[in-house]
This record gives sequence, C-alpha cells and structure tokens, in this order.
Amino acid sequence: MHPAPSVILFTTLSGLGFGLLAYLGLGFPPVTGWVAFVFYAIAYGLAVGGLLASTFHLGHPERAWRAFTQWKTSWLSREGVCAVAALLVMGLYAIGAVFLETHWTLLGLIGAALSIATVFTTSMIYTQLKTIPRWNMSVTPVMFLSFSLSGGALLAGQESLAPWLLLAAGVVQLAYWHKGDQAFASSGTTMGTATGLGDRGAVRAFEPPHTGSNYLLREFVYVVGRKHIQKLRGIALILGFILPILCLWLPTESSMAKHLMAAVAVLAHIAGIMASRWLFFAQAEHVVGLYYGKR
Amino acid sequence: MTELPTTTDRKMGLVIDLDTCVGCHACVISCKGWNTENYGAPLSDQDAYGGDPSGTFLNRVHSFEVQPDEGHAQLIHFPKSCLHCEDAPCVTVCPTGASYKRVEDGIVLVNEDNCIGCGLCAWSCPYGARELDLAEGVMKKCTLCVDRIYNENLPEVDRVPSCVRTCPAGARHFGDLGDPNSDVSKLVAERGGMDLMPEMGTKPVNKYLPPRPKDQIEDQIDVLAPLLAPVTEEAGGFMGWLDKALDKLPGGAS
Ligand code: SF4
Ligand code: SF4
Ligand code: SF4
Repeated sequence: MHPAPSVILFTTLSGLGFGLLAYLGLGFPPVTGWVAFVFYAIAYGLAVGGLLASTFHLGHPERAWRAFTQWKTSWLSREGVCAVAALLVMGLYAIGAVFLETHWTLLGLIGAALSIATVFTTSMIYTQLKTIPRWNMSVTPVMFLSFSLSGGALLAGQESLAPWLLLAAGVVQLAYWHKGDQAFASSGTTMGTATGLGDRGAVRAFEPPHTGSNYLLREFVYVVGRKHIQKLRGIALILGFILPILCLWLPTESSMAKHLMAAVAVLAHIAGIMASRWLFFAQAEHVVGLYYGKR
Repeated sequence: MTELPTTTDRKMGLVIDLDTCVGCHACVISCKGWNTENYGAPLSDQDAYGGDPSGTFLNRVHSFEVQPDEGHAQLIHFPKSCLHCEDAPCVTVCPTGASYKRVEDGIVLVNEDNCIGCGLCAWSCPYGARELDLAEGVMKKCTLCVDRIYNENLPEVDRVPSCVRTCPAGARHFGDLGDPNSDVSKLVAERGGMDLMPEMGTKPVNKYLPPRPKDQIEDQIDVLAPLLAPVTEEAGGFMGWLDKALDKLPGGAS
C-alpha cells in the first residue's frame, strides 16, 4: 500500500492524542486549572490535528460530514462518530477541570471509553480488509490499542505505568511483524485463485493491461524501500520503545533532567511509531497486485 | 445506503469467455468511450500524450501465461471489470452511503454526488475494479452500463453493455445470473463457469468460462511425421566408412 504521509501522520498523532485523553478522562493525572489546560491543549492538538491531516487525502473534503451517516456498516463512519463524540464529551470534562476545578467523574469515564473506542475503530478500518492479509489479523487492533495506551501513558506522565505498557507494546509489535510476514502466504490467495486458472498449471503475468501506470498500481502496489525493512524495524523498536523505557528508568537527580528525559522519551516514541506506521503501510500487500504479477 | 440487500430481484451481470477472448482491448475502448460521456463524471486521463500516460478505466484486459506440468504453455487474455458481487465489501465499507447495491437488479453503483473520494472501497475490492478519478476526486467503477440496458432511446439491439455490444469475438455475455433458465446461466452451467478468488467471500455475480482444452499439437504433426523422420540413425555404407575414416585422422572427433 502507498504510505501516504497524511495517513501516517493521522494514525500516529490521533492515536497518541486519544490515548492521552483516555488517561485524562480517568483522572490520571487529576489536573485542574492551567496545568489541565496545557494537557488538554496537547491532547486536542494531537487528536484534532490528526483528524484534519486525514481529510487531506480525500477527493472531496467539503463533503466529509457525510461520512458520519453509515455507522451501521462502515468502520470509517464509526470512527468519525466515535472521534467527534469523544472530543465533545472530553471537551465538557475539560471545561470542568480547567475552569471549574472539578472532575465530573462519570463524564470522564464515558469520554475515556469513547477515546479508546475511537482508536479501536481506526484499527478496524484496516483490520476488516480481507484484501490486505497483513492487516486482516486479530493482532492489528491489539497493536493500535497498545500503542495508544502506552503513548498516552507516556504523555500523561504516568512514570511507573508507562515503561511496562511500552514493553508490552514492543512485544505486540514484534508479534505483529512475525505474524504479518506469514499472512499473505497463509491467506491462500495466489495468482491461481485470482485468475481461476491455477489448477491448469503455473500462472504467470504475461502482459499488463496498459503500458503506463494506473491508480491501482500507485495506490496498492508499493515496492519502494522494501530492502530497508529490517533496518526500519530496528529503528522503530529502538526509538518507539527501548529508548523511552530507558529514559524513564534511568535514575535522575534534578527535576530538570527528569523533564528533559521525559521530553526525549516522548519525541523518540513519536518518531518510532511513525517508522512503524510507515512499515505498516509500505509492507502491506494488496491481493490485486497478483493480477499484475506483483505483490 | 451501504447496507447490502439480503436478496436482489435479479442478478444482472457478465459472463466472460476466456476461451474466445482474443485480447483485442475493443471492450476497454468502447467502455471508456461510452462511460466518459454518460453516467457520472468523465473518465479522465493524465499526461495522455506525454511520457507517463495514465487514466481511469472501468475495464482492463490482462494477459496471462499458463504453463501446465506437461505440454505447451497457453496464453489467456483476461478482461476484468466489476463483478457486481452479492457480498460486496466495497459497499459496506463506504462511510457516506455513496456506494450501494441495487435491489432490483443487483448492480453496484456509486452516487458520485455523495462520494468523498476516501478510496476505502477500492481498498476493499479484491479485483481492482474501482479507480479513483484523479480529475474529479470521486470513485469510478463499472455501472454495467445501467444507462444503456434500460434505455428506450436506443435500438433494442444496443440495450446491452457497451463492452458486450462491441466484442468482436463474442466473448462477453450479459444477462440475469439469478435466473437458472437464462442463456447466461445455461452457459455457465454448461462450461463450468467459475468465480475469481472465491476465498474472499465476495460471491461475484460475474462468471468466467475457463479455456477449453487445446488440441494436441503433437497429434497434428504426426500426419507428416513418417515422411520427415530420419531413415536411419546410424550412417552406413560409404558415408559410414567416411565418417569412421575421418574420425581416425588426428584431430578427428573421438
Ligand atoms: S468487483 Fe469489487 S467493486 Fe465490484 S462489487 Fe465486487 S468488490 Fe465491489
Ligand atoms: S471513495 Fe466514495 S464510494 Fe468509495 S468508500 Fe469513499 S465515499 Fe464511499
Ligand atoms: S458493462 Fe459497461 S461499464 Fe461495465 S465494463 Fe462493460 S462497458 Fe464498461
């Protein structure tokens, strides 16, 4: 799949933003006043910025409101509904925390649940696609949720919880790669089933339908950079999980050093998740490539 | 609405004969010609006369080579357009309701006024039957020529899809695949019509007729074979003596 920068940015940032909102809704940390304002500004900046980035790849962004209508069948629509609901509920909760110095606990719980649901619906947009075996796995939503919860904990300053969640997310990441590498082969789809000619012999693409490229090849058959996969996986693991864990576990004296370490941990984590997300798209092979003799 | 109908009154679709398709691409051109002027936005091209031309097509013809374990390789031309699936994933994933399947005839269409061009439906189609038009930013797909097949302004003979009407080899057939007594259903039963990627669970309406077994080339050659076969494997007589004598000379073959 073509790794569109807007979508990579969206899924990374909004995942973090909604993760942070979930913690704030649960009262971790139980901030009020100005401190709360800063926390909510960061969370909304990430979540809303991500949502806006995702509209850039639409052909008709001005009609985006229509995407709220088909929640009965469409995970993309459900994502839109959940995201707006989470932002509205958490907005109310934030007003209480920032201006009234109160925490409306029930509202916070609902907001946290909606925030997590938003991340889940995002992951289901990809997981539901049988056409992309590397995404069509139960570990895909686990990966999105574990990234969001560990990144959220990091941003929410949950120093004791965050390293363990990061460790868990790193393990999920490894499991995702391991399973993903076998997904296409075990999906059973081959040029033989794609053409229905497989039982007569070995099928080979002889001539493509056109001399130039097309939408399908540009969007679904992305083979650039596959040779750097192992390196990028290493980078994603080190930046996304290992470095942030070290930063949090390193004993530091002054609070200044502590804050610096936290900042390094957050930035490294974001960069690592982006690398992982780039791989998520670039490595995903759509079965339509088989008609072109490619994967 | 992106909820799929549980059943459709009819299942209109195409039956494509891989045995007779000659790979001329006439259906590709006639499809583009008809559909760029009729239903919905035109099918745009980018850099059509430049170094890197590309464009939107609703029907494309691939060519595959099949090499059996024994015998000769076979070349198969393979037209591919939307298969108007009964369990169409492209419809249910659509967030706007722009994609829908009609109850009356099972045709899968895009209401372009509602489409936001998110592309998710094209992601969900295993067959590459949907293409986002770069100029219009909306999703294009085969309409089964919905604006021809019921069009009373056209002579009756033309009330079939443009690709079917054009095919010079008669490799494309159009009809109701939900009616077991229709010509297309009989053809599918007779020739063992098949689904593409059945494991995807899309239940395509369109069917493909597999190529018939080819005549054996060896059998045909046998008619002349006795006349062409070498009379003897070992050279005898004068030629045999010469062969041996030459071998004995220094530098001769051993
Ligand atoms: S062939 Fe593709 S576009 Fe057509 S109905 Fe099936 S899934 Fe949808
Ligand atoms: S591109 Fe258009 S038709 Fe396809 S899923 Fe998006 S809104 Fe629906
Ligand atoms: S039925 Fe019409 S739209 Fe579909 S491939 Fe044939 S000519 Fe094109």
